[in-house]
Amino acid sequence: MEMPKPNPELLAIKPTLVKKLQGVLPLDAVIHEEAETRAYECDALTAYRCPPLAAVLPRNTEEVAAVLKICHDMGVPVVPRGAGTSLAGGSLPTADSVILGVARMNEVLETDYDNRFIRVQTGRTNLSVSGAVEEEDFFYAPDPSSQLACAISGNIAMNSGGAHCLKYGVTTNNLLGVTMVQMDGTVVEIGGAHLDAGGLDLLGVICGSEGQLGVVTEATLRILRKPEGARPVLMGFDSNEVAGECVSDIMKAGVLPVAIEFMDRPCIRATEAFAGAGYPDCEALLIVEVEGSDAEITEQLDKILAIARSHNPVELRESTSADESARIWLGRKSAFGAMGQINDYMCLDGTIPVNQLPYVLRRIGEMSAEYGLGVGNVFHAGDGNMHPLILFNANKPGDLEKCEAFGADILNLCVEVGGCLTGEHGVGIEKRDLMVNQFTPEDMEAQMAVKDVFDPKWLLNPAKVFPLATSETRRIAAE
Amino acid sequence: MRPETEAELAEIIKGADGPLSIRGGNSRSMAPAGAVLETGGLSGVELYEPGALTLVVKAGTPVAEVEALLASEGQRLPFEPMDHRALLGTTGEPTIGGLAAANISGPRRVQAGACRDYMLGVRFVDGNGVVLKNGGRVMKNVTGYDLVKLMAGSYGTLGVLSEVSFKVLPQPEAAATVLIDGLDDATAVQAMSAALGSPYDVTGAAHAPVGVDGTPVTMVRIEGFAGSVAYRTEQLQAQLGKFGDVRVETNAVNLAAGWKWIRDVEGLAAQEGDVWRISVKPSDGPRVAAALNARGVMYDWGGGLVWALTDPGQDIRSLLAGIDGHATLVRASAETKAQIAMLQPEPAPIAALTAGIRQKYDPRGILNTGLMG
Ligand SMILES: Cc1cc2nc3c(=O)[nH]c(=O)nc-3n(C[C@H](O)[C@H](O)[C@H](O)COP(=O)(O)OP(=O)(O)OC[C@H]3O[C@@H](n4cnc5c(N)ncnc54)[C@H](O)[C@@H]3O)c2cc1C
Repeated sequence: MEMPKPNPELLAIKPTLVKKLQGVLPLDAVIHEEAETRAYECDALTAYRCPPLAAVLPRNTEEVAAVLKICHDMGVPVVPRGAGTSLAGGSLPTADSVILGVARMNEVLETDYDNRFIRVQTGRTNLSVSGAVEEEDFFYAPDPSSQLACAISGNIAMNSGGAHCLKYGVTTNNLLGVTMVQMDGTVVEIGGAHLDAGGLDLLGVICGSEGQLGVVTEATLRILRKPEGARPVLMGFDSNEVAGECVSDIMKAGVLPVAIEFMDRPCIRATEAFAGAGYPDCEALLIVEVEGSDAEITEQLDKILAIARSHNPVELRESTSADESARIWLGRKSAFGAMGQINDYMCLDGTIPVNQLPYVLRRIGEMSAEYGLGVGNVFHAGDGNMHPLILFNANKPGDLEKCEAFGADILNLCVEVGGCLTGEHGVGIEKRDLMVNQFTPEDMEAQMAVKDVFDPKWLLNPAKVFPLATSETRRIAAE
Repeated sequence: MRPETEAELAEIIKGADGPLSIRGGNSRSMAPAGAVLETGGLSGVELYEPGALTLVVKAGTPVAEVEALLASEGQRLPFEPMDHRALLGTTGEPTIGGLAAANISGPRRVQAGACRDYMLGVRFVDGNGVVLKNGGRVMKNVTGYDLVKLMAGSYGTLGVLSEVSFKVLPQPEAAATVLIDGLDDATAVQAMSAALGSPYDVTGAAHAPVGVDGTPVTMVRIEGFAGSVAYRTEQLQAQLGKFGDVRVETNAVNLAAGWKWIRDVEGLAAQEGDVWRISVKPSDGPRVAAALNARGVMYDWGGGLVWALTDPGQDIRSLLAGIDGHATLVRASAETKAQIAMLQPEPAPIAALTAGIRQKYDPRGILNTGLMG
């Protein structure tokens, strides 16, 4: 993955820049020594690294505005950063950029149970937002697997999802308003505790814009009352086709499970070896979870079990206790870790129409043989969001490149069958060059036009989302 | 002008030498100045997969046709779109494009989300006549910027929609409404907050100070499987008992009529006056009503949506200063509409952003000119 060459003029003005930044921030909030900037050299896409010119850690909207104004006036690119858990290289810096980290901005600003919202600074972690409203039995619904670490700012930038988004939607469906600082230091308030936009839905386009339109400093989030309970059921099938049909029938039946998770045989075997959850050795496994009171759960599960039985499962495991529920989830929750034990892996994130599941899984299997790289599939089946995990050996020359080529083939397959390149992880640098397979040049122009309006000098996270060649004239005009 | 294909639509826009007034069924009768461009020729369902909960439909397709098709598979548009015809006294046939362009939602919005939350993808032609697409037909998609949301509620000012994809949902097996009689507005909002803050997945919470029989009525809706609805209804009945006498309605015909009455603002439709739609945080609902001294009000979304019937020609926005949210002028005479902006004027930095986006998508300013300010 190529990144633009650093601008030598910007490297040269580092001392002036650092001085100016120190003028508006506490001393310890401006990180510029080489040994220390290294902490910001990558996110969770660790194959790509580059320490930034400097990193700053402002504490509030005013400090963010002051930093951005300085960088704007000096023409320095800024890469916003939450917790750095992006799997797409979203917060990867360039050598001539400043990392603006919101990690010190983690206050709860307002909690309002009557109106069912919470307002937070965006450096707060996803899980601690739910934590802040837990004592009143409320929660914040979007729950990425990284929720212990990832920040609301990154969730908004990537429009992150989670296991429960089948029922509750992803970040954009739970975001009511933001305070955002534009690159020139202008502070805007968009949305609020009320529903829907009075004019153009700017909030809708800011969510998922990968830090390219502004730095989001505060967010108003919808909170919900916790359901009375939840219970999963596990089912095993001897073919992916049948499992896929079962998913489709469940969706049609009007049961709205909170989650339908799918694992294929390679993934089942790996997690079994790792976590020993007692999963059956079968071709495809589904975990379906429903919510409500005990009786409501039983009512829904009866319908789901009847559907499952009509597809001749090789295993149907109901849970009768919290312990059994935990065991059903154990393998799924340790799937990434299990695959990581075997090998280095790359986690993909394409989405497909759910009825294409069997075909896509078969094609992935064939490609796996062609490339000679193993692959396991674990994903959110209810909404077709796939997470193929390609196994490779980072120490073997050429393996990473082979793995990336395989990954690109899978993602292009997703587009080909009517899906998309990324369902929840974002484009970042990882899928940047594949955008041409999903969008026409005009489609990308229309998207970049939005950035032109918010950030005319293309200084915010400029080398992401769009292929470098596509954004080149805009980025060069900025210099 | 009435294009039959997306390509024809693009040609018309490219070749236009003046403003275009984009028209679906004209059930909102917004009619900005310009040559009329009808979307009715772009009609038909492109793809419907009940098992994938996905529907792709051309923008000029009548909403009624789509709803009938979904109903034949026991599914529906989850956001419960309002039908404006009774309120506005219009006769046109609402289209899918109009629905999407105005982001129209109904009572279920408070729980299920708005039209924009169910729009998976769009195809449209911008003001230069360029055919564009964004999003797609899958339920999770973060590839590139979300222009789908930008198009939802853009009232045709950024482009003319040619196709929209939706996520749809199954109709529930059963439903019930818990009714409380005689509450004042503030108490009603408290009761609705309690219901919406319960674990019982309330899919509608509305209050009419003047109900069908002339007295106040507060309505809370539950939907789902029969056993579950019965259970949650019982729980809510107990929980809301402290606010007043609680009744339960389970007759399907009455339920449908009751929520349509709320959805389409039937309680205010027949009376003279301008009609405003005001979105605020729910607990501000009664403040809004008090500030307006309106001829009539109805509350939806647990108090967060206030429908107000006001004296003709009055710009109420100054009365609401200090209350966060926005007010849309939905019904008024042509003279009033010429004087009072339909949508809430935006603060300068936001107005600059929206003007900038409009300039990019429609540099000649020919699409529904002036409709969004
Ligand atoms: C083990 C693991 C599991 C994961 N599981 C999931 C999952 O289930 N679902 C899912 O959706 N994702 C998942 N992810 C991906 C990742 O956690 C999400 O994308 C997350 O939202 C990133 O948040 P962050 O705070 O770490 O953001 P960062 O990585 O710091 O940044 C992500 C993007 O946000 C931008 N950004 C950060 N802060 C701001 C700001 N204040 N203003 C504007 N832009 C900003 C950055 O520039 C960057 O483009 C997973 C990652 C890991 C490592």
